[in-house]
Amino acid sequence: MKRMQTDNRILMWIDTRLPIFSYSSENLVSYPTPKNLSYWWNYGSIAGIVLVIMIVTGIFLAMNYQPHADVAFQSVERIVRDVNYGWLLRNLHMNGASMFFIVVYIHMFRGIYFGSYKAPRELLWMIGVTIYVCMMATAFMGYVLPWGQMSFWGATVITNLFSAIPLIGDYIVVWIWGGFSVDAPTINRFFVWHYLLPMILFMLVVVHMWALHIHKSNNPLGIEIKSPADMMPFHPFYTIKDLYGLGLFMIVFMFFVFFAPDFFGEPDNYIPADPMVTPPHIVPEWYFLPFYAILRAIPDKLGGVIVMFAGVLILYVLPWLDTSKVRAATYRPIFKQLFWIFVANALFLGWLGQKPSEGAYLIMAQLSTGYYFLFFLILPVLGKYEKTKPLPVSIFEEVRKKRRAKEA
Amino acid sequence: MSEISNPSPNGTIAENPEDEGKRDFLLISTTTLSLAGIGLAAWPFIHSINPAKDVLALASTEVDLSAIEEGQAVTTMWRGKPVFIRHRSAEEIEGAASVNLAELPDPQTDAERVQRPQWLITVGVCTHLGCIPSGQKLGDKKGDFGGWFCPCHGSHYDTSGRIRKGPAPFNLRIPEYNFIDDTTILIG
Ligand code: HEM
Ligand code: FES
Repeated sequence: MKRMQTDNRILMWIDTRLPIFSYSSENLVSYPTPKNLSYWWNYGSIAGIVLVIMIVTGIFLAMNYQPHADVAFQSVERIVRDVNYGWLLRNLHMNGASMFFIVVYIHMFRGIYFGSYKAPRELLWMIGVTIYVCMMATAFMGYVLPWGQMSFWGATVITNLFSAIPLIGDYIVVWIWGGFSVDAPTINRFFVWHYLLPMILFMLVVVHMWALHIHKSNNPLGIEIKSPADMMPFHPFYTIKDLYGLGLFMIVFMFFVFFAPDFFGEPDNYIPADPMVTPPHIVPEWYFLPFYAILRAIPDKLGGVIVMFAGVLILYVLPWLDTSKVRAATYRPIFKQLFWIFVANALFLGWLGQKPSEGAYLIMAQLSTGYYFLFFLILPVLGKYEKTKPLPVSIFEEVRKKRRAKEA
Repeated sequence: MSEISNPSPNGTIAENPEDEGKRDFLLISTTTLSLAGIGLAAWPFIHSINPAKDVLALASTEVDLSAIEEGQAVTTMWRGKPVFIRHRSAEEIEGAASVNLAELPDPQTDAERVQRPQWLITVGVCTHLGCIPSGQKLGDKKGDFGGWFCPCHGSHYDTSGRIRKGPAPFNLRIPEYNFIDDTTILIG
């Protein structure tokens, strides 16, 4: 590590014993970054900030929230009505969860488009998938906490997925509930996990950054960094670019917080949980809908659960399914088309997830599920036969060419 | 990778020395505005753990005095703390009023501490470290001055609730209250 240069003796004293200043400067200031990163590279830093916002708003909500089946619903209403700025904390937290998923989905699609999961960034990608799984668990358990009808029945349906496991399924479900249905013990333990998992998420993000900083960012060309001329220091160039992107993102986020706080929510969740009445139409939060569609597309209980989990877990092996040496879709004509169909298909699955699972919807969901997996399974073959376009010589050359074209 | 040349595609960062001033201006204004923004955003969080509206709504208590005989005392709860209400006898009033102010650690006349002399209303929390003094019930220790005695570290209060002896620095606090009519008060 290069030592920080300073005349301040106190800073020096600390830095020789614990090089936090040298370390921050190496990773945030002089940190070498490809010159050509586009706005698709903003989403990681935005996700990090959203995580911090979620943790801070969550901690302050928790100071007034009560994880008991008898009072949880009222305690959330009290937060919104009586606690000073409680409405703001809740709206930030509620919409923050949706924003978090939007940002992370874009971040992930970016990774797929530009082949960022390929060597030597496989572990970086896999840690990302773990973060995603962890986020889903956190959001699911968070949604249970307000103890409305959707909370209760969502929790019932999702935990019952585990009853599909042969032989021990029923025991597992009772074990998860801590009773014979979703009830007081369930909300108590879900609150504990909901508080704990974001801390684990935070640590996973640190490891994600660690892996990132070993081989640095991939870039829109998907080619290796070859010389110092390909790079520029993170600060001030990308600090400013990240801040600018953050500003735009916050405008969107705040629009929902202040003007449409229930846009992503379900009205039924403002009815207190009632274990005797299931609402006529239960849907999960929007960010789970594609997987919900996959679950329902399979007519068999166990089969549906397996295929749905496979849909998430297949992301772990993506680096090995894709055999192409070329990273960016820009230089892979067929992959590029398959990719965009994959994106459209994922959105379509999401739309199907909130439709009844019958008739034409069911058939469409089955076809759509088919494409979801086909995309992954075609990659090993595609990598061998696809004719890719010639790659640029270097990042520096490409940036200079663009600059010249602009000036001319 | 310590040497990164050419931060911008065709030159160094500051090609033009005049730009230095502009950069400083931008840096300082961005930093100032960001700090102001963070400060403003912090307020809702800080304020959210202040007493909420439903807590404030319970912040006053009405007490009916008609059943309290002369010489008797009752304790009522106000904002989570005991409030001592004592119906003082003529001797107690007399004793409280005739004290030489120079003897008091926290000088205050009895008249400053009551609205109607027969009713002494104080917050029943010792001003030392927050214990509840004894002296409300008949058999209680009332201390050397006939008022209250704090068992924690031995503070003695007189019949006006003033500190007379012991480590407590101040007299028992007087809550805000009003007589709604002759036999009812509203505390808070
Ligand atoms: C990864 C970050 C997080 C995500 C994705 C997330 C997601 C959610 C969701 C979807 C809800 C339900 C919103 C509603 O309908 O009200 C919720 C509620 C809640 N969350 Fe989180 N959360 C996160 C972090 C945290 C943290 C760190 C804490 C506390 C340390 C926390 C505490 C709470 C509390 C107390 C509630 C219930 C209050 C309410 O419903 O407004 N959350 N969370
Ligand atoms: S708290 Fe009463 S004397 Fe110390």
